[in-house]
Amino acid sequence: MNVVEARGVSKRYGRTWALRECSLAIPAGHVAALVGPNGAGKTTLLNLAVGLLAPSQGDLTVLGGHPAGSPAALDGVAFVAQDTPLYKNLSAADMLHLTRNLNRHFDQAYAETRLAELGIPLKRKAGKLSGGQQSQLALTLALARHPRLLVLDEPVAMLDPIARHDFMATVLTAAADDGVSVVLSSHVLAELERVADYLILMSLGRVQVAGEVDDLLASHRMLTGPAAEAATYAERPVVHVRSGEAQAHLLVRASADDPVPRGWEAHPVGLEELALGYLREAGAAALPGPVRGRDVEMSEVTK
Amino acid sequence: MTALTALDVSVRPEENATLRPVPWRRMAWVTWRQHRTALTGVAALLAGLAVLLWIVGLQLHHAYAAATACRPAGSVACGALINTFNRTGGFLVNGGILQVVPALIGAFLGAPVLARELENGTVRYAWTQGFGRLRWTLATLVALGVVVAVAAGALSMLTSWYYQPYFATGNQSLSLTTLNPLAPGLFDLRGVAFAAWTLAAFAIGGLAGTLIRRVVPAIVATLAAYAGLAGATGGWLRLHYLTPLVTSKLNIPDSAWVMTQQWFTKSGRPASQSALSQVLQGAPGQLFGKGGVPKSVTVWQYLVQHGYTQWTTYQPASRFWAFQWIEGGWLLALSVLLIAVTMWLVRRRVV
Repeated sequence: MNVVEARGVSKRYGRTWALRECSLAIPAGHVAALVGPNGAGKTTLLNLAVGLLAPSQGDLTVLGGHPAGSPAALDGVAFVAQDTPLYKNLSAADMLHLTRNLNRHFDQAYAETRLAELGIPLKRKAGKLSGGQQSQLALTLALARHPRLLVLDEPVAMLDPIARHDFMATVLTAAADDGVSVVLSSHVLAELERVADYLILMSLGRVQVAGEVDDLLASHRMLTGPAAEAATYAERPVVHVRSGEAQAHLLVRASADDPVPRGWEAHPVGLEELALGYLREAGAAALPGPVRGRDVEMSEVTK
Repeated sequence: MTALTALDVSVRPEENATLRPVPWRRMAWVTWRQHRTALTGVAALLAGLAVLLWIVGLQLHHAYAAATACRPAGSVACGALINTFNRTGGFLVNGGILQVVPALIGAFLGAPVLARELENGTVRYAWTQGFGRLRWTLATLVALGVVVAVAAGALSMLTSWYYQPYFATGNQSLSLTTLNPLAPGLFDLRGVAFAAWTLAAFAIGGLAGTLIRRVVPAIVATLAAYAGLAGATGGWLRLHYLTPLVTSKLNIPDSAWVMTQQWFTKSGRPASQSALSQVLQGAPGQLFGKGGVPKSVTVWQYLVQHGYTQWTTYQPASRFWAFQWIEGGWLLALSVLLIAVTMWLVRRRVV
């Protein structure tokens, strides 16, 4: 089952295309990170997935075929929006009550236990909580619904390192213990390796890369060799070239078995390195399957 | 438990096929909790006005009873009682402060309903819950709209009682203040109109908030739109609900609302003021009273004898309830339409 499946989805605001012919399938059971620079279309894609927006073209389904925003989709998808909007004049207890009333499932005991663990007083107004506490409250509201898909838009962007760590720990616990699939967007590359096992790179409204982190890492190498020869290397597709005076670093699509040219050294790449390489080349071929182009085979992407 | 079994759809079979929606009644608490401050404000406003109408109304009814029961009529003592009645509650005679109630409810309860959510970004919370955004919008607007309409209706029953003495026939002969039931500013405070105007103001506020997406501009727009609609209705539209009656006689009841009155010549053309003056030049002196003021009935007779006809178009006061239902009906239809447009915007709204 794909928790999010987009087929040729485009979204236009007036004359600006926020998302162009985006095709994507995120399989269930992952913590998927949506990474890209500001304006890449991450928020648009997530708002489409939770049904807040309707695509200008194409269609988008969640949880194995439910149209985004349909009753079944709303029931199974929990969303924590950017800047974690809460009713500032409502207490934490009121926010729980509100969310309980607005959903078919709500685990009051879980929510209260979690808020107690976090030291968030139930009687305090949401607006009076710290930024980290507000994020945790919003996350608790989402998780207490026992969603099958949790969508987080820039959840940690505003948080200090400790709050960020605590927040992600909660998300990972939910993913591991309850099998919640997670899709989160971030422009913070650090920590992604610890968190995400599925990566989607976006830039300029297009999906560049989508795939399991292990597969992506296994199919990319960093080649280090003489800068003079960097331009002539053509044995494997080059994603990004970083040249110094003497040495050049080539991010290439190659597995560990692929031969390395004489005078070059191959190193495995890290997730951050890989992401940076692609993001610096907004036009680089998307991987592992061709996710650009009109007639996309979903199976290639999901493989 | 592995991730896969937890994700297996068959684990929660009730989620398939027919998904039972979250019951409507759960929105009652949600709506109350979100709008209780504004609702308390509305309740305080209406309760304050009710107390005012009750206290002043008792004085007014008391003064009216005393003035009409006074014998012998025309005595100095009776004149004093009549003056007392005419002075009581003078600030409410033209409808006055009650006129602003629907506007305030529309602006301060209706406009923020969606504008505040859109301005603060909390729609991203509210519209992604299992309840569904269209049902959320509908439940909120309908619940609040019905509550304010019922509350306004209750107040207008008190208002109707308050104004009763002014409409009694025979007031004029006693020089008691007489009001016209169709007068703009009074008509829409009584009957079903007040509740309907309140509902319409609320619906205007809801739509303005959805279009403008900011609380303060939406409040201003709601006040402006309401004032424009109420002004156009009172000033022009209401008098055309039913074809006015036409007469060339002087048998127009005092309580009628006269729309036009015009002299016509024998050939059926409107007579100019100067032509009429010319005819009256030749009139004998007794047509004019002290200081040359024409005695209206004799002037009317003199002009009729000279071939002129005065045509009067008017709405009789007996049409009050017909007009009430017409006004209530179209305002209700307008409110439903505005809420429907709001829903349509919410459905396709870019967040």
